[in-house]
Formats: sequence, structure tokens, C-alpha cells
Amino acid sequence: MIQAFDKYLTQKTEAAPLAAFRVLFGAVMFVSILRFWHNGWIEKLYIDPTFFFSYYGFEFIKPLGQYTYVIFIICGIASLCVAFGYKYRLAIVTFFISFTYIELMDKTTYLNHYYFVSVVSFLMVFLPAHTYFSIDAKNEETARELVPVWTIDAVKLLIAIVYFYAGLAKLNSDWLVQAMPLKIWLPSNYDLPILGGLLQQQWAHYAFSWAGAVYDLSIPFLLFYKRTRWFAFGMVVAFHLLTSLLFPIGMFPFIMIICALIFFDARIHKIILAKMAWVMKTSLSEFNNGKEWMFKSKWGMKATYFVVLLFFMVQLALPFRQLFYPGELFWTEEGFRFSWRVMLMEKAGHANFKVVDPESGTRFYVQNNDFLTPLQEKQMSVQPDFILQFAHYLEQYFSQKEAYKGKDLQVFVESHVALNGRRSKPYIDPTRDLTIEKESFRHKDWILPFGDEIKGL
Amino acid sequence: MLKKLIFWSVAILVSSCGGDEPSDVTDDFDRGEMLSNWADNIIIPAYVSYQAELSGLKTQGAAFTNEPTVQNLENLRTSWINAYKAWQHVSMFEVGKAESLNVRNYTNIYPTNPSGINDNIASGSYNLELPSKNDEQGFPALDYMINGLASTDAEMVAVYTNQDNGQAHKTYLNDLIDRLAEMADEIVADWKGSYRDTFVSDDGSSATSATNKVVNDFLFYYEKFLRAGKVGIPAGVFSGSAIPTAVEAYYHGEVSKTLFQEALNSTENFFNGQHFGASTQGESLKSYLDYLNTIKDGEDLSGLINTQFSSSRSAASLLDDNFSEQIGTDNSLMLQTYDELQKNVILMKVDMMQALNVKIDYIDADGD
Repeated sequence: MIQAFDKYLTQKTEAAPLAAFRVLFGAVMFVSILRFWHNGWIEKLYIDPTFFFSYYGFEFIKPLGQYTYVIFIICGIASLCVAFGYKYRLAIVTFFISFTYIELMDKTTYLNHYYFVSVVSFLMVFLPAHTYFSIDAKNEETARELVPVWTIDAVKLLIAIVYFYAGLAKLNSDWLVQAMPLKIWLPSNYDLPILGGLLQQQWAHYAFSWAGAVYDLSIPFLLFYKRTRWFAFGMVVAFHLLTSLLFPIGMFPFIMIICALIFFDARIHKIILAKMAWVMKTSLSEFNNGKEWMFKSKWGMKATYFVVLLFFMVQLALPFRQLFYPGELFWTEEGFRFSWRVMLMEKAGHANFKVVDPESGTRFYVQNNDFLTPLQEKQMSVQPDFILQFAHYLEQYFSQKEAYKGKDLQVFVESHVALNGRRSKPYIDPTRDLTIEKESFRHKDWILPFGDEIKGL
Repeated sequence: MLKKLIFWSVAILVSSCGGDEPSDVTDDFDRGEMLSNWADNIIIPAYVSYQAELSGLKTQGAAFTNEPTVQNLENLRTSWINAYKAWQHVSMFEVGKAESLNVRNYTNIYPTNPSGINDNIASGSYNLELPSKNDEQGFPALDYMINGLASTDAEMVAVYTNQDNGQAHKTYLNDLIDRLAEMADEIVADWKGSYRDTFVSDDGSSATSATNKVVNDFLFYYEKFLRAGKVGIPAGVFSGSAIPTAVEAYYHGEVSKTLFQEALNSTENFFNGQHFGASTQGESLKSYLDYLNTIKDGEDLSGLINTQFSSSRSAASLLDDNFSEQIGTDNSLMLQTYDELQKNVILMKVDMMQALNVKIDYIDADGD
């Protein structure tokens, strides 16, 4: 077994798929950054708000005012360098750090696909994606036509995990039995030609739910087997184009479509790269030198194997961390993020914070929109860690006011949340003073029970 | 095995993206019809009525400044109340021209700023279009000008007949009325011009579509201006101690409840799609919710919301006509009214918004 694995690690294959992946990934990231900027989202999401929701443990990562643009510029340049394979290692490390920094600035904007980009770019730091069809490889010292098979398989494995785990997460009673939340989301696409009327039909909601689950669970295998690959790729294109039509998910469909290409063999990628080379008035032939890429040192090899192995162990395990928490995952969201749980919930809420000065008995409510943008308020109202962080911020804010200086203020919240079409219910225990609760990975026992059950994973 | 797999995959693909069966589309809810009901039967008539009340106010303003008498002051006051009541029916519709004019901020920011007003009168130079002048104009400033300058009507008339600055007061009074009338004229002209069709044909589901904007505006209005502004803030909900001077129409004193009730009724009527000044109902948020309910067999949300509107109204019926009086004698009744209003924030902002799937903003999301 171990021998077989050792042998696998030494197997070589053509570098073209990895190189094509690098080019397309870098290019799509560059477009994503431009689009983000063009939509005014840098200003709106990272400069305009007065308060930002940090991730636990990453409180020091904050937007930098107007300099936030600099991070985006760095990230954009790095993505272009990745695409062109120019100073690749530096570029991909810079991209990973700057992109992840942006995502850590405010968890209001957490999206699984941003997490996916961070994770992919982290993996790419350890892959020789620059040895073929790159500026780096114009130097013969760097140019390699062959790379270890595992370097391409690692990307495939990551993509397979994303799909398969997303599929597993759909195996729950809300999704399969109630067709929720699609039953809420699909009808609002009434203005689409042809599909609009169809999307009002209950059977269509079920068909979409079930098809989505089957798609996610089966697509990694269909892409893996040569005989089903073209068909699977057609499904990938159709599925993601459809989702981009129905839901506001931005660039994600295009990222997944280009990712699926890596399952094809080198022949296809050489055709793609040759086309690109022709556009850029250069040719592939100079990279076809038959040389193999190898680790420069044994130490480097061992370190890389270690990191990549650890990375995949974390990827496989992390989505299951919710098993350590009591209560309904969709309700508490403890262990919900970073688990490929995509499009599973429609949650709406309202949180009414009460500040109390126990000494004088003064109490008053807070107008959330004095502090938060509509988007922040929406996200805050339905997620306990946001609610706690905001409560702590309010304590800090009001204890700096002249009237409450030196007072030990208490903050309570009266909140209601509706999940997947259920009636709204009280969400957080209104009698618990949130200023004495601390953020941690422990279960938050001040979340009120869901009072219903969602069966499944 | 493989063939089976392919067969099922194809079947799924076809079922998920193919199939154009327009057979059952007739039972679709027609958002265009809802938008035209809103525009033709609610928003435009309400604005036209508001515009008419303002022209009445203008006439009375001119009559009073031409001949400042107690009788003319009383007439002016009556038409001020009528216009103020009419305003409660249009305040929530901050779309189109009203949005670009930012009309609510120039019409009804209270408490008003008497010292700022006095400065304007004294200097005679002021630009009411500046945002910094928000609280020196509109109905609350008029409230001060016709109810708050002195303690008796005779003394107030004397202010306008004063040799030194009587004329300056008259000018300011008329400027305030003119500004309101001009904004209303612009808005009505826009609705009667091209905007009505733009509005009604914008029946998509994007974050900037007419339905989404109006629904977001409606909830914003209900939460911030009706619940908080008229009841919560004066009752001290957001400050720890009551602020009796923060009620609407503070200087007049006796109409704060009337204005609140007008506003509450107009939000309820809008929810139910009830035509302005009539009892007929058309397509509305209510009928939209009822339609969506037939798809997902949910609870009778529109019924719950309407029940809550009634509860709010009964709680408010116990209040004194003068809210600042009420706050002084028994603020708990104000707080009870607030609590009833708050319950509908939850029903509408949480349950209704979820059911309607109205987006808050244009931003990428993957629903988690």
C-alpha cells in the first residue's frame, strides 16, 4: 500500500492541464477583482461601514480605509502574474495572502466561493503550475514539460470534495422533502423568459432540489471517468449557467466551469494553450522540452507532502465539525461556514438590542442602522456570532458616552429568526446579558432551541 | 451501469433546464398589476391629494400674510393640519422624483430647530435646499411658525405685524409653504409624466426593481419613521428617558395622535392594496403573500399582519390626542403601542421579507 503510494508520487504526466488551470484561474480572478471594483463594492463593503465583523481569532484584520484599494490592486496584479506565470511562487503567495486578507476583513461578505478561491490558491502555492506556458518557463532553467501526477490530482481532489460535500449537505429533509429554500427562491425569478412560469410550479421546485443533490454527488465521478467526461462537462456548463441565471452568485459559476476543465487530459489542454499561444503570437513548442519537474531538495519534498496531506485532512474533516455541537446546525450555524453548505438556507431575522445601565435602571433600544449597513444588519440578525460581536461593540460604544462613563452596561437582545419558510421564532435568550458572554468555539447556550427538526446531514 | 447512469443524468438535465410548459402560467401572480395598482390607485391619487392640500395651505398662507388676524391664523392652521395629514399618505413612497429630491428629509424632520429658524428669519439669507437646513423647514418648522412663536394667538399675530421683523416672518412662512408645494408639484408632474410607465414596467425581481425598492422603502418607513419617529423616540425607547418634545407637531400639541393614526392607516392600506380614499382593494403585498402561500402551504401570514395592524390601532386608541401629554401622564401606554408596532416589524421584516424573497441590496450571495 505504502509502496504503491510511493510509486504514485513519482508518476509523471504532462504539465499542460496544470498550466491551463493556472492561466484560467488567474484570469478569472483578475476579472473578479475588476468586477468587484467596478460595482463599487470596495467602497460600499469595506470603506463606507463604520463597524466590521471580524472572524474569531482574526480581529486584527480590518479594512484600511482608502488604502483598502491598495490591497485590491495588489491582489489584482498578483492574479495577473499568476495567469502569465510571472514570478509564480511570489505571485501566488501574494494572491493567497491578499485575497484571504480581503475575505477576513468582514465576515458579512462570507461566501463559500470566496473560501474556495482562498483554498485553491493556498494549494497552488505548493504546485508547479508555472513550469509550462509561462513567462517563468521562458527561462530554460524553469521550463518543464512534465510534472508529478499528484499535482494535478490534488486540484481534482479538491474540486471533488467541494461538489461531493455540497451534495451531502443537501441530503436533509428541508431540501429533499420540503424543497426548501428553492420553493422560496425560484418563484421570484418570474421575470425569466420561458422558465419564469415553470418556476412557479411546485413540482419544478422538487425537480431542481433533487437534481441539484444528484448533480453535486455524482459530478466528481462523472468527470473522473473518461467515458462520461464530456457529458459531465456539458452538465457542469448547463448547471452553472442555469444557477447564474437564477441566483445572484456572481463569478462562481465561471470559476467552477474552468475548474472542471482540469479533469480533461493533456491533449485538450494543449489545444487550448496552443490557441492562447497563437493569440499571444508565441508558440507552445518552446515549452515542449520533455524535461521532468522535480523537487529541488528532499527537505522541500517532505515539507510539501506534509503540508498538502495535512491540507486535505483538514478539508475532509472540517465540514464535519458541526457534529460536536448540539442543536440544529441551520439554526445555530455552529460549524456551518467552511463546509461547502451552499444555497441551503433562506434565513431572515430581526434583532433588537437593549442597553441597560443596572445602576440607574436606564434602558434603551438601539437603532441598528445607526451602526450597520443593511447587508450587515441582515447577516447579523441571523447569526449568533455576529449578534455577540455587535453586542460587545455596543457596550464599548455606549460606555464611552458621557452619560455612561465607567458604568458596567448590560446588553440584551430580543431577536426573531425565520428559517426556510417556517414562522419566525425567538432566537436568542432575551434574559442573557451578552456583555458577559465570550466568543469561543464552544456551544453558545444562549441560543434558544429551534423547536423543530431538520433530518439528515 | 454506465448507460443507466447516462440515462438518468440526461433525464435530470432535461428536467432541470428544459421544458417550457406555459400551460399553468395563468395562475401566476402579476407583479405588473400590483405595481399599477400601487401607482394608479394609491401613490398618484395620494400625491394629487397632497398637492391639492398644499395649494390650499398656500392660499391660506397668502391670506394670513396679507392680513394677519387671529381668524386667518386659525384658517391657516386648519389647512396646515390637512396638508400634514395628507403627507402621511405619501411619506413612505420615496421612489422616483421623491427619492432624488430626498423629499422626506426636507418635509418632516422633527424636532424642528427654532434657533436655526430664528437665525434664518433674522438674516433673511438661507438656502432651504441645503441638507443642513433639514430641521428648519417643512411641517415641523411651520408648526413652530404658526403654533410656537408665542403663547396666545393674539401674540402670535403680533409677531407677524411687528414693525421690525414682521415682514421677515411672513417671508419665511411663505417660503416654507412654497418649498413644500414646489417639491410636491415636481413629484406629481413626474408621476403624471413618464415615471408612471417606467415604474409599472419595472416588474422584474432584481434588487433595483420597483417592487423591491418599494417594499424596502415601505419597511424602512414603517420601522424608522412610524414606529421609531412617531412613538418610540418620544417615548424614550432609544434614549433611556422620554423626550416629550420629540413628538410630531409638538407646538400644536393636539394632533400628534391624529397624524400617527393617519400614517398607521396608510401603511395598512398600502399593505392591503386599498385604493386611496376608497374601500376597494387591488393587488398588493397581501395578495402577493396569499399567492405565495398557495405555493408553499405556509401559515396565513397576511392575516397575522392585518391582525397586528388592528392590535396596534387598539393600543393607540387609548392614547391622549397629545402624545407629549401622554408621555407625561402615563408613558407605559406609549410603550405598549410601540410594542404592538414592533411585533409587525418582525412579521413584515422577517416573515414577509422571507416569503417575498426581496433582496436587500445588489451583492453576490450564495444563500448562507
